[in-house]
Amino acid sequence: MIMDYLVHILILVAIYAILAVSLDLLAGYTGLVSIGQAAFYGLGAYTSALLAVRGGVPFVLGASTGALVAAVASLPVSLAAGRLRGDYLVMITLAFQMVAYSVMSNWTGVTGGGRGIPGIPPPRLFGWSIDSRVGYLVLCGGVALMAYLVVSRLCSGPLGRVLRAIREDEGAAAALGKNTARHKMSVFAVSAGLAGMAGALYAHYVSYIDPSSFTVMESILILSMVIIGGAGSRWGPVVGAVVLVILPEILRFVGLPSSVAADLRQLLYGSILVLMMLFRPQGLVGNHGFGR
Amino acid sequence: MNALRCENVRKAFDGIQALDGVDLAFPPSGVVAIIGPNGAGKTTLLSIMTGFLRPDAGNVFLGQQDISRQPPHRVAHLGIARTFQDLRLIRRMSVVENVMLARPGQRGEGLFYGLFRFGVGEEETANRQASMGILAFVGLEERANELAGELSYGQQKLLTLAVCLATEATVLLLDEPVAGVHPEMAHKIASLLLDLKRKGKLVVFIEHDMNTVRDTADCVIVMDEGRIIAQGPPADVLQQPSIMEAYIG
Repeated sequence: MIMDYLVHILILVAIYAILAVSLDLLAGYTGLVSIGQAAFYGLGAYTSALLAVRGGVPFVLGASTGALVAAVASLPVSLAAGRLRGDYLVMITLAFQMVAYSVMSNWTGVTGGGRGIPGIPPPRLFGWSIDSRVGYLVLCGGVALMAYLVVSRLCSGPLGRVLRAIREDEGAAAALGKNTARHKMSVFAVSAGLAGMAGALYAHYVSYIDPSSFTVMESILILSMVIIGGAGSRWGPVVGAVVLVILPEILRFVGLPSSVAADLRQLLYGSILVLMMLFRPQGLVGNHGFGR
Repeated sequence: MNALRCENVRKAFDGIQALDGVDLAFPPSGVVAIIGPNGAGKTTLLSIMTGFLRPDAGNVFLGQQDISRQPPHRVAHLGIARTFQDLRLIRRMSVVENVMLARPGQRGEGLFYGLFRFGVGEEETANRQASMGILAFVGLEERANELAGELSYGQQKLLTLAVCLATEATVLLLDEPVAGVHPEMAHKIASLLLDLKRKGKLVVFIEHDMNTVRDTADCVIVMDEGRIIAQGPPADVLQQPSIMEAYIG
């Protein structure tokens, strides 16, 4: 029983680690702060769930399609990001988040609206149904490791240099011949694709999704993981995911009523963020945070 | 080599005419200084020639190609590099990485090669070697692994020059390359400008330091209130009383 619970927590850590790492590529390494990551997370979840429930599409194909749909959906945001950054970009990503949430809630014929999509089957890989929690942890851990390696690789070497230059001074990067709009578009697509993959893993894990899992609060939670762990650092977002998944779980053992615990969780996130900004703006294991 | 020229370039900001019909033809190579009082339109002109600003009217040509409305990265690809008054180095990147960043045509900057790295290791090795060569040229090879932001101001100026060179541009537009540096460093930068001229580059620089202008420039262009008021060899132009009057006001 306790083992099951611990494995469940680790699965959530793995899924949020994918989300945080994907956002770190965008916000930490490239300086494109977004509060729309839950929209891409939701797009991946809904795409994979719908393909599995209504079309009987295998998990690998459904999850890959979910990632692809999320990556394609990032194009309008990244086109805007070609011209904008800072506060204006945050507003654009917030608008995208609100639109995506609205579509998930109101396109009832497809998404089921508030009723959501029940009965999402557990994934099958190579003829093997992953219906045990330990099996799912291995799958999520594997995908999280892949996401980490992809982002680490992209953020080192020549491309990493360009992304850091865009973060520090986009005009200076352009003066050196770097097509900053194209780079931002690529990074948005990879980041959204990874978030979409996390969404597919989540949907097939919980077997039921509705829009409440993909709200702006979820986007803020993912961004908080990046900030608290350390933006633009290799392990920062993973550490952030561990802290912000496990910390609220500790509250369960304090014995507060569930309604109070939910509010307290928000209060806790906010307090941690304020304290981090005051005393360790670079995050727990980061070097510089979002500051230029 | 394609020559750079401006035809009747005009630019206004909030009703103030920063450039008022600038016509200029630069030689294919050599050192050209642009001087003039603050607000004369020098940096605006440089920004228009590099795609950072679009002219309200008029055109900038590189050879036969109209580059007036090209974005900065395309202008850089065509062989025009620039520096900024406020340096704009990537301060939290090492000195050698700043130079490597500027190298053109790096396959590893693409998503596919960035991820799978086919041949990128060899490219990086060659890139690093070339960058160290450029740092040796400006005398910064011993500081290669330090953060750019930790260099002295004068060394950062040298690094901006190295970064500009790393682009392999044939036209270098430098915004106040010796401003704020001590005389010894100014002398060093001036001699580098002459070296670049010998390498066949066109160096156009904005400067207030008249000693550097006299020592390096083949031609001086004087601007005031968005117009070219004089141009010619330094020995002739800097003797004209009207020039000093424009400077002093």
